[in-house]
Amino acid sequence: MDIRRDIAVKDARSPRELAQAISWTRRDFLRAATGASAGAALFGFAPLQAMTLPPGRKVVVVTFGGGARDEETFMPEGQENIPHLLNQLIPQSTFFTQVVNRGILGHYVATASLATGVYETFNNFAAVPPDYPTVFEYYRKELKRPATDTWVVAPSNGFNRIGESGHRSYGPGAGAGVILPKRLLAAALSSEGESQYEHLLRDNYETPLYTPKLGGSEIELRQMAEILKLSVDDFTAHARSLASPDELSVYIARQLMRQLAPSLLWITLHDIDIAHSGTYSLYIDAIQRSDRLCAEIWSAIQNEPEYARKTTMFILPDFGRDSDTDAGGNGFQHHRTGDPLSRTTWMMVTGPGIRENVVVDRAVESTDLVPTLGSMLGFSPELSKGKPLSEVL
Amino acid sequence: MLPNQLSAADFAHYPPLAKQMATNHIALLQQLPLAFLPLLLREIIAYDWKFPAERKELDNQLAYLSSLSAEQFRESMSAFAALRLSSQLETVDWINQPLQFSEQLTAHLWATHQIDAFRAASIEYVHKLNTAAPPEPLQAKRLGMVIVGQGVAVNKYPLFRKLRPEGVYFHNVRPENGRELLVKTLAARAAAYPVAFGHWYIDGGNEGSASPGLTCMSYGSLDTVRSALVTKMRNIMQRGGAGPEALRTMLAEMRPEDLGLNGDGAQAILNRFQVSILTEGSGTQLFSTTFVQWSAREALRRAQPLTLLARFTARQREQSMRELLAGTQQRPVPDPEGSLIDADMGAYYTWINQERLSGADQAGFLVWFEDHHEALAIAPSLPRGSEDGSPIDLGELVSRLV
Repeated sequence: MDIRRDIAVKDARSPRELAQAISWTRRDFLRAATGASAGAALFGFAPLQAMTLPPGRKVVVVTFGGGARDEETFMPEGQENIPHLLNQLIPQSTFFTQVVNRGILGHYVATASLATGVYETFNNFAAVPPDYPTVFEYYRKELKRPATDTWVVAPSNGFNRIGESGHRSYGPGAGAGVILPKRLLAAALSSEGESQYEHLLRDNYETPLYTPKLGGSEIELRQMAEILKLSVDDFTAHARSLASPDELSVYIARQLMRQLAPSLLWITLHDIDIAHSGTYSLYIDAIQRSDRLCAEIWSAIQNEPEYARKTTMFILPDFGRDSDTDAGGNGFQHHRTGDPLSRTTWMMVTGPGIRENVVVDRAVESTDLVPTLGSMLGFSPELSKGKPLSEVL
Repeated sequence: MLPNQLSAADFAHYPPLAKQMATNHIALLQQLPLAFLPLLLREIIAYDWKFPAERKELDNQLAYLSSLSAEQFRESMSAFAALRLSSQLETVDWINQPLQFSEQLTAHLWATHQIDAFRAASIEYVHKLNTAAPPEPLQAKRLGMVIVGQGVAVNKYPLFRKLRPEGVYFHNVRPENGRELLVKTLAARAAAYPVAFGHWYIDGGNEGSASPGLTCMSYGSLDTVRSALVTKMRNIMQRGGAGPEALRTMLAEMRPEDLGLNGDGAQAILNRFQVSILTEGSGTQLFSTTFVQWSAREALRRAQPLTLLARFTARQREQSMRELLAGTQQRPVPDPEGSLIDADMGAYYTWINQERLSGADQAGFLVWFEDHHEALAIAPSLPRGSEDGSPIDLGELVSRLV
């Protein structure tokens, strides 16, 4: 940390002015982009869900680990990168323009915070479980759901412990199964064969040497064949046709949906984190790919009988990335400054009972996700610090 | 250990100039809070290898702190002193390893939700520091020049979108001898305004210039250095069990001589700078576009040159980090079109970073699409957000900027 580096020495704007400017541009551009109605009218809504909620409701949560900035997504110059979100998904969604993450801006710890509803404070690079109970543990314990009913599909670096917490009331065996598709693929390949799949085994450019120990409820290769009804040969053969680790994750998620139809499925995309290499074009490519994959997930939901017409999908980045003007960072490359842009992102919610084409301007927090899921699915995340988002309940 | 326990003997392992500076200011250093002092020591300990502009800034900062009354001093440090630090941080050897302390402090501030308070305190402190010491006048107006797009025959990407509102988009530029004209401009300014580390040429390929007074560095000339660094990283990876902290520590302790560069003499300052680019920058070891962007940023931030010429070339295509580090790639395959997009953003960042320096309101900036007819120029004498289709060569264009 360098004090002089951490601030915009020549920037006339104060942080407050900057935050206000971002806030204003977010509201203006996001509404212009979506053409949606103002969320202010939402106050006072009566809950519709009780009468419209279909039996056997399911939830799919998609997070972007790697964070995407407004400039490359919803701002005018970025809209070309997200045609599927913009034209297909947002018109069907309630869209939150300001989701603020007040926690640590590291991908594993931030995703864990999303999953617990508490800003976790453990070392982002440590192979440890979250301290607080996860949404998967609340869901299973209170609703007495089997282990097969909730799954996480995640990139390999560190996320193997995200399925269940270290909390004494929950912990081992009480949470979600975790699938790390890259690690499965690596295990399935001989060392000679890996060269053909390097593009799918790609890991985080920021921490290339990080290889956490196995632990938690991560499934192993031999279990995959049993659980997903997918032979190792079929898995590797299909993987050859895919372009990136996130495509591999979505492929696995679809297998899960087909074979086990979990009611709570959490998918973390991570290709966007290529931004840490400093290559803007590859960061843009990854945003465009994530946009396409979100639409594919939604399409899969519509096409699977177990999910169609009874599934709510949440899409949100874990946080943003540094602004171009903050002297402490290097623009899109990292998320180290804690500036307003790196802390502020968005969320869209779509599915039956969710109001379509609505924008919610008020600031909400990342930790509000878990209590919202609790209200939606019928459990009480008692240790979560967030608040349910009434606009989608 | 706490700051008020400092003594001159604690700086025994500091390089000569750093030791002298720390010893001369020992009474001041003893009064600084623990959340501040190691960060200042991190700068002081590197004083012997800092650029002249950096040394002047550090001198000014110590002079500023020394000039404060007791009440002003207490007030300027109060926000830092109010931060809650762990007793574990006090046990770190922050005198000799301020970088490690800085990393642990950063983690602590994030984990305890104090990073925003630190950030606010820093902004306030530097604002007062800058107000107290207005910048000295420059010998000449600053000039930044960026070349993008080497190797791209046909382009459909809309260039300079972020910069167009700031200046004039020229779309009938004569490209003949373009690079040579810009290098000539750079050399002429180095001759006219001789300032140590005041005129830089950074190239993503192998090009350079032998003109006197220029500071030159290129991605190609550092091939063996990058290879040596990647080999060390690979060795750590193959040993296993190393986390990112171990890697960062290894990189932070890297010296020029560890990578085959001279660590002493006339080249010491530049060589240490080059090593810092490769060890502190993410992606600089592997992608030439990232190398040029980060080098330009750091040169502007640290050396504050009067003239900078940065040329982006085609980087290799995307590969996995494992593949890149393992060195299993047979022959790098270039990605000119993707590199042009990287460079377009890199040019924008270079302009932003030049704008942070003193004299920004008078500075000129040019970005040119190599071997093509497109360029974007920014200067106080030029209109903003306009276009110009008249034929012009780069020599003439750059002469309008300063």
